[in-house]
Amino acid sequence: MPTLNEYLMVSGLLFAIGFAGVLMRRNIIIIFMCLEMMLSAANLTLVAFWRFGGGNGMPADGYEAQVLVFFVIAVAAAEVAVGLAIIVALFRARCTVHVEDLNSMKG
Amino acid sequence: MSVLFYIFSAVMLVFGLMVVLNRNPVSSALSLVVSFLGLAALFITLNAYFIGVIQVLVYTGAVMVLFIFIIMLLDIKKEQRRDLNYVAMGGGIIVVLALISQLAILLGDFVPGNQQLATLPEGSAVHQDVKLVGEAVFTDFNFHLQLLGILLLVATVGVVVLSRRQGRADRSQQ
Repeated sequence: MPTLNEYLMVSGLLFAIGFAGVLMRRNIIIIFMCLEMMLSAANLTLVAFWRFGGGNGMPADGYEAQVLVFFVIAVAAAEVAVGLAIIVALFRARCTVHVEDLNSMKG
Repeated sequence: MSVLFYIFSAVMLVFGLMVVLNRNPVSSALSLVVSFLGLAALFITLNAYFIGVIQVLVYTGAVMVLFIFIIMLLDIKKEQRRDLNYVAMGGGIIVVLALISQLAILLGDFVPGNQQLATLPEGSAVHQDVKLVGEAVFTDFNFHLQLLGILLLVATVGVVVLSRRQGRADRSQQ
């Protein structure tokens, strides 16, 4: 059976892949998708700690962890809607989604 | 069980890498859909059935459709081959490798992390997890649920305001 450390490592790797995408990609939509990936990796950590929270591989008593993950997913959905609307407005104003072309705030 | 864990985490990580490596935004978005399906399967191996279902419904169902819709709407051509930004590439790889090695060192010393996933006894309450999470959401966390409703309303209004064309609003004022 998989251990808690394996779940935490998988979730950390998913977070690292998302982080690499945010740092290395230049397309703002892909950066946003990688942000979603990092958020989901945090959710996986939370659920893994809930499932192992009772000791000896048994789940914790309450369901607060799953309620928190539920709220995180709902807030993330709202955030995606607003973020994509901002990207559409940005594309209308500048006709680009390449972050290196969006440097009007650069000093 | 153990085999399924390795299969689904491999699917999730490989398609997660594809999101970063694909040049075409549509292939990236579709890879992210598969990656999220693997993640939902991992939630189900953790007996969090409700979260697994919500992950499929909300993320792969709603959020990724929105992403693909926007990519199609903006009609983004395949990214032109630009010169790679070597500073960002090198910095990204160094930071990510540092993060992973830090995590590996940390988890090596984490003794409670060595416990194995135990099979739940027959008739365990966790198998009714939709009912129990629903009870928690609608009783203990009722206030937060209503706050969430307001947040979603504000987000909807914000999206409508943001995506309204600026020019038409000016013309109607004149």
